[in-house]
Amino acid sequence: MKTQAMSERRKFILTMARAAGLAAMGGLVWSAYLDEATASSLLLRPPGAIKEEDFLATCIKCGLCVEACPYDTLVLAKPGDNKPLGTPFFIPREMPCYMCPDIPCVPVCPTGALNQASVTTDGKLDINIADMGVAVVDSKNCIAFWGIQCDACYRACPLLGQAITIEYSKNERTGKHAFMKPVVDSDFCTGCGLCEKACVTEKASIFILPREVALGRAGDYYIKGWDKEDEKRLENATSKTTTTELSKEKAVDSLNSNEDLY
Amino acid sequence: MKTLWNNYRYLILRRVTQISLLFLYFSANAWGWKILQGDLSSSLVFGVVPLSDPYAALQMLAAGALLATNLLIGAVIIATFYLIVGGRVFCSWVCPVNMITDAANYLRRKLQIDKLPSRQSVPRKMRYWVLALSLILSFIMGVTAFEFISPISMVHRGIIFGLGFGWAAMLIIFLFDLFVLKNGWCGHVCPLGGFYALVGNFSLIRVQHTEENCTLCMKCKVVCPEHQVLHMIGKESLPVLSGECTNCARCIEVCDDDALGFSLRKLAQNKKMGEKNENNN
Repeated sequence: MKTQAMSERRKFILTMARAAGLAAMGGLVWSAYLDEATASSLLLRPPGAIKEEDFLATCIKCGLCVEACPYDTLVLAKPGDNKPLGTPFFIPREMPCYMCPDIPCVPVCPTGALNQASVTTDGKLDINIADMGVAVVDSKNCIAFWGIQCDACYRACPLLGQAITIEYSKNERTGKHAFMKPVVDSDFCTGCGLCEKACVTEKASIFILPREVALGRAGDYYIKGWDKEDEKRLENATSKTTTTELSKEKAVDSLNSNEDLY
Repeated sequence: MKTLWNNYRYLILRRVTQISLLFLYFSANAWGWKILQGDLSSSLVFGVVPLSDPYAALQMLAAGALLATNLLIGAVIIATFYLIVGGRVFCSWVCPVNMITDAANYLRRKLQIDKLPSRQSVPRKMRYWVLALSLILSFIMGVTAFEFISPISMVHRGIIFGLGFGWAAMLIIFLFDLFVLKNGWCGHVCPLGGFYALVGNFSLIRVQHTEENCTLCMKCKVVCPEHQVLHMIGKESLPVLSGECTNCARCIEVCDDDALGFSLRKLAQNKKMGEKNENNN
């Protein structure tokens, strides 16, 4: 009777151990896949999308934004797209965001992965403050930088004169023409991608990248001292003091040391 | 003709339900019909009533997402609905994968693959481990773990929004169920089925067995995708109380002896209690 009880307990423990082992192995493969599948950073989300890491936790992949989009701009990632499966994105060169004033894709989102508040000013939907990405100009391949007159992106921009401006400079090569170079102001650019769609070069020379990918960050060390607004950043600045220990040797000693020069 | 209807009435109803739901979802994306928009993860009925997958909501919670009101309302509606009609009614009446696995099962019976001796026994409890694992991984990785690999969503979204390589998921499940493991996906692995099985433990509508009518033909156990829930066949007049029963009603329609039928849980339990009392007396 006693041995019976022992074997039951042993059986239970062994069964649990086997299940735990299987779960650990399954978990390893599963998590490795998830890590890989959600790693894509070059992805343009619909307007109002929250931070990518929160987006991946919050988007339920229902496709209501896709169905609301009147231009079929938004698509859900399919198996084989190599993007986080089932999440909405758009490829501007194929179909840009036409920046509907009523932003039909955002209020339908049931989970708040597309946050209405982030595209609202004074209680009204405002697509002009959307942040889907930011346009970047490849000045080596943009023909306007060669001196050929083209302002396709500038004309296509819904925030013409704000998000894209034309900078004039003298063409020294001909001596009598002007360069008319498109310049993007990332403060205004919404990343709608109409410029990328309009670009005349074979592969677009102005294209949209996610803001975190396209832009740098000055950090708290550099403040525009002449700008009252920018000075406010000092309030949250965190300072870290680093000390480098001074060498006790004299500078001259370095000449007499037997070490190799290089 | 009448026997044909009698033997397949629920199967026909289920296929009609599954296909019309798919059609309504499809038409929302294709032609802008506003009857049923979205997909099985979250939808809008007539552009007003939100519906959401409660298991997806649970994963979002584990992943640390803030749950929006609409999502919560939708998840509560769906959870309540399946609490009443039977948790895994989703599996046999709504889920598009059901058609794939039923086809595999049918072929399995026709090709007599079941007759082959199976060496490995895989516990049906595995789905609860997968369910627990999905929540743990959601918590650790901060993403909805199952939603990113779910072949159910792949197939369902594929039909509505474009398939991509989703056909591979369909094929793999079909072949897995056909050659590797009987009721492999739906009966052993699928954590969504596991979730709805847990919900179904409390649900109202039940299959009831009447032992006096049973002739022990065992047709019900042959067609049942979760045959362990039919343990009382020919032994006792009991309701099928396991949440793993999908209420697909195949057992009811293949029974020629009126030994199986739908009943409500309360009534069924009362009857059971009554019988016990009688025995005691």
